[in-house]
Amino acid sequence: MDLAVDALFFVTDSALDVLPIVIFLFAFQWLVIGERMPNGGKIIVGFAFVVVGLGLFLEGLEHSLFPLGRMMAEQLTHPEFLLDTVEHAVAEFTWQDFYWVYIFAAAVGFSTAMAEPSLMAVAMKANTVSGGAIGVVGLRVAVAIGAGIGVSLGCFRIITGLPLPYFIAAGYFIVIMQTMAAPKEIVPLAYDSGGVTTSTVTVPLVAALGLGLADAVPGRSPLLDGFGLIAFTALFPIITVLAYGQFAILRDRISKSQPSDKNSE
Amino acid sequence: MKDSLRALARDAVNSLRDLTPIILVIGVFQAFVIRQPVDGLLSLVGGALLVVAGLTFFIFGLRLALFPVGEGLAHSLARKGSVFWLIAFAFVLGFGTTVAEPALIAVAGEAAAVAADAEVIARTPEAMDDYAFGLRMTVALAVGVAIVLGVLRIIINWSLPILIISGYALVVLLTTIAPPEIIGIAYDSGGVTTSTVTVPLVTALGVGLASSVKGRNPMLDGFGLIAFASLTPILFVLIYGMVV
Repeated sequence: MDLAVDALFFVTDSALDVLPIVIFLFAFQWLVIGERMPNGGKIIVGFAFVVVGLGLFLEGLEHSLFPLGRMMAEQLTHPEFLLDTVEHAVAEFTWQDFYWVYIFAAAVGFSTAMAEPSLMAVAMKANTVSGGAIGVVGLRVAVAIGAGIGVSLGCFRIITGLPLPYFIAAGYFIVIMQTMAAPKEIVPLAYDSGGVTTSTVTVPLVAALGLGLADAVPGRSPLLDGFGLIAFTALFPIITVLAYGQFAILRDRISKSQPSDKNSE
Repeated sequence: MKDSLRALARDAVNSLRDLTPIILVIGVFQAFVIRQPVDGLLSLVGGALLVVAGLTFFIFGLRLALFPVGEGLAHSLARKGSVFWLIAFAFVLGFGTTVAEPALIAVAGEAAAVAADAEVIARTPEAMDDYAFGLRMTVALAVGVAIVLGVLRIIINWSLPILIISGYALVVLLTTIAPPEIIGIAYDSGGVTTSTVTVPLVTALGVGLASSVKGRNPMLDGFGLIAFASLTPILFVLIYGMVV
């Protein structure tokens, strides 16, 4: 029953969150365009769905993705679990001993990116723009590998406590270098794919995983070390997609410029 | 009515598909790696069902109300050609959609809880709500400014790479002087803003504008808006951390 009462609170809260955009849209429709809102009834029903949906979603997060992320972080870093997999004493854990964390992080990043529906649309557009050089499956895998590396490397950073700005600065430096070298047509696409991986469902889980890790690993503080995973997840797909695009277009050019070499090997 | 039900069912399948890989990966790890009974399994399942239902209603409602109205307005304003109203609309659109962004609401709440645990802010519900609200308003302001910049860029034809690179140079600079506890949250807020609500509407505005201004390519020029929207929140939250 508590769940129902909580959900009601979340719904009233979310009405306030949706209110600004509703007021803005109606105001612009009346003041600037000078017309009444077409299909007024349908729009009110739509906003009712938005408000109720947002409330249920946020209430659901508190009971599923947030606790799940923290639970996985706690269990995979628990001394008893680590002692099952490594040989030496508790005080001597090094970053290598947490390898299950990296594997889990990579699996979450890879699988959520592979299943992301908006990636499908981006991949089809890429295929058309590149004249078939960039394959639909290839691009999806490139984004998913980027997301997997991102979450995994982000967990490595939390466990070692290395400074976040160094990683991000280095990552963007690589992106800038790649941007200068990459064919023009894939650059916007690569930048888009960074945003695609950080979906509404992935963000809360990844955030909870990072905070849970920083909480569980000795010597780390959630405040200083716990954030940054989402930034990693958004950054690394840009790098892998640029790399894949460069590779695919290069391969395409080589095979087109030397069609007679096909049977020579 | 029948069409609406079909649309609702399709949204439900999509939400379920979003959640499936997470459930599968965690399930495999629980069964084969951790091998311990899960506490509160029933609550987890209930929560997951709420997430699916909530996301379904949310997206269904967006498609019914927000997207058609927003896209219609974006197109008619782009055609109207008044720069003042266009910029006002760009700001309001960026700000309003970010306030309603579910992932941002969730992460801002977490950030407030962490700050309270570390005793950076008082551990009262009011102080935590204030902190989370301040964070969200900062990010919303940043996205509003980002969309204005993006619209100006399409009208005036500034170079996108130069703007983005100088923006990130500014991020590096601010990082060296911002308090360390805000840096992680600031970097994450760039990725949080570009999800469910903001992207479709902002893309509609960009593409609509790029196709009505002469000499612009909707494919290339329509896109820069999102790139700005993931950059300015980092800057604004870093500044927020210095001020608060």
